[in-house]
This record gives sequence, structure tokens and C-alpha cells, in this order.
Amino acid sequence: MKVDLTVNGSQHAVDVADNALLSDVLRETLGLTGTHIGCDTSQCGACTVHLNGRSVKACTVLAGQADGGDVTTIEGIANGDELHPMQVAFRANHALQCGFCTPGMIMSAIDLVQSANEPLSAEEVREGLEGNFCRCTGYHNIVRAVLDAQANM
Amino acid sequence: MYTFNFRRASSLEDAQQIHQSSSDAVYVAGGMTLIPSLKLRLANPDDVVDLSQIDGLGAISSADGAVSVGAMARHCEVAATTDIPALAALANRIGDGQVRNRGTIGGSLANNDPAADYPAAVLGLGATIHTNSRTIAGDDFFVDLFETALGDGEIITRVDFPIPKRAAYAKFANQASKYAVVGVMVAETDSGVRVGVTGAGACAFRLTSFEDALSANMSASALDGIDVDSSDFNSDLHASAAYRGSLVTVMAKQAVEQLTA
Repeated sequence: MKVDLTVNGSQHAVDVADNALLSDVLRETLGLTGTHIGCDTSQCGACTVHLNGRSVKACTVLAGQADGGDVTTIEGIANGDELHPMQVAFRANHALQCGFCTPGMIMSAIDLVQSANEPLSAEEVREGLEGNFCRCTGYHNIVRAVLDAQANM
Repeated sequence: MYTFNFRRASSLEDAQQIHQSSSDAVYVAGGMTLIPSLKLRLANPDDVVDLSQIDGLGAISSADGAVSVGAMARHCEVAATTDIPALAALANRIGDGQVRNRGTIGGSLANNDPAADYPAAVLGLGATIHTNSRTIAGDDFFVDLFETALGDGEIITRVDFPIPKRAAYAKFANQASKYAVVGVMVAETDSGVRVGVTGAGACAFRLTSFEDALSANMSASALDGIDVDSSDFNSDLHASAAYRGSLVTVMAKQAVEQLTA
């Protein structure tokens, strides 16, 4: 099956199996391994990317469903050497321990902040990130980072 | 995942034609239930027919005292509507953010998970379900566990929700999945008080004993002493049938309190 995707601004026409997942295409076909597969059962959110501007779990989107879509992964958010404000805030607040959940956390957090009509409270950030698990349980600093980043986005 | 053919439908007619010509086809809308089921090998269709490329199937509009929600409208889009705040609030508490960005109302209703939220809205608000071939009253739509009035290959196109005078939805959510252990929609509509319950039974249902009591007196105390028969309710590791029975009253009272606040 042929699937056309724009990934981080570059156009790709990929030939994949009919049952390929978006996460397979990103990691295996395009080599973008920043999108992590944690649970592979739609629960942990480590594979979160943006599809047409909204956060989705790439392990629960069939590649064919994304045909013609615009995908942004963790590799696509920095501006050259200049990190995205959310990346800066995660680093400044030590919002990662092992780091496995971090790409998904950052992609979810960016959509969360961008979709909010007004500044988010800590409570709203916690609720808004309920689709992402940090198994190190490093949530306090993740919430601090998101609150910090929203002032700079 | 087993192998299957991924088929893109360009129109409703095309979708139905692909479905009819396949020995075993399944439609995919958002895929928030289907894809995990495929991955767990709980489903093994020959053809997966994608409905997302069909024009206009996700439109939301308001007219003549009703909100019309296209079948492919995502939960996040329903959550952003304003004409029926109880419906928007319900949509905003489905799953998590990523699920709400993909999952659709049509997919949820066609799947008829006993713990899904939208069925309570369809019954509580007295919605009408439109398909590619007919119109189905919401009251006639939910048949049994994962079973609806939809015929083989029939496709939901939109759901019309009459705007209620006032309505509220209260849910006791499973902490991990956010599915409703029990969810209750209470609405005061032009056709009277309606109470839709999800999570408790094999599929969503109306609770007429509550409707009668609330018609006479729209207050939480009006539900005191009304027996909820939980003998047929779901019982699993999350909650016993009796516990769900108790939750029906508690959630209904919470909804009434929200609605009268």
C-alpha cells in the first residue's frame, strides 16, 4: 500500500503493509526513532506525535489513516539548533529521569498548551497529560516544565 | 496483528460497496477501539474500510433547536461545541487527550461498548441517529452488549441532539481507562425528563423510575428510596453489580445537583 505523508516538513511516499501502524512507518521506514514505543497498547503515550496539528498515539493510527496527513515528531519541533520552548523547559526543570516517556510527553504538552484558550493551572496540566505515563513517576517536574514553557510559547 | 486489506472509501456508496463485496469487512472511523482489538488479535477481518476520506461526514452544525453531529466528528470537536454544554462536557471526559483527538461519535455508537459515554447522551438527550439508509430513534438503537440496531454494512452518518432546557452528565470513571464504571445523563427536554445510564448494564438504558420522580420534583432528594434493580448489571474486577447499582443513584443525584445549580 502506498501512503503519502508529510513528516516534519518533508514529503514521503512510502510503500508499507496494509496493517502497518504510523509508529512503524516513522520508526522503521523513515528511521525517526525519537517516537518511542512503550506499551504498544494505546495507553502510555510514549509514541505521541502530531497528526494534522493534534496529538495522537502513533501506535494506534493505521498508516493508511494518516495518508495525505501532516505529521510532526519530536525530531521536527526544534528550529535548527534552537530547541523548542517545551524542550528548553524540560531541560531547565529536569523534567525527565530515564527519558523514555519524554518525546511523547513533550508532543502532548505542546498540543495541550497550544489548544488551551488561557494559561493552564497545574491541575489542568496533570489532567491534560493523563494520556502519558512516566514510569519513573517524575510527574512533578514535568508539570513544572509545562507551566514554565507555556509562558514562552 | 493479522494481515488485512486496508481499503479507503471515497463515498458512503463506495464504503458500502466494498463492505458488500468482502466476505468479512469492518469499518474504521477513529479506530480507538478497533485498532487495539486488531493488535490483540480479537478481530481478524479481511478488509478494513476507512471512512475518514468521505467528505462532510464530520461536520457539526446547529439548527432548529438541535445540534447535528457528523459521525466522523472527533470527541475533541464535540467537546469544543457550546449549544449543549452537558454534551461537550461528556465528550471532554472521554479517554485521554490523544483518544479525544482521534475517536469519533459514530465509531463509539456503532461499537456500543457498555462503558462508553455517548450512549448515555443519546438516550438522555433523546437523540436521533441517521444512517446511510434510514433514521433510527436513539431509544431503539442500543440492543445489547456491543449490539445495535444497525444492519450489516449500515453506516451512521450523523446524530441529531435536540437542545435540552437543561442537562448534566455525571460519571464515575475508571481511573486507568476513563471509561464509565457508571455514567448518568439527566436532561429536562421538551418531551419531559430523561435519564440515560451507561456503564451499569449490557448496554445503555433509560431509567423511567428516575424520570418519573424527577418529573414531579427535579431535586436529588426525589431519588431517595427508589430501588435500582441491579440483578442484571455488569460485574467485573472494577465493580460488582450491586456497587454499580448504588453508583447509578449517586451519579444521577450528582447530575441533578449540577443541573439545578
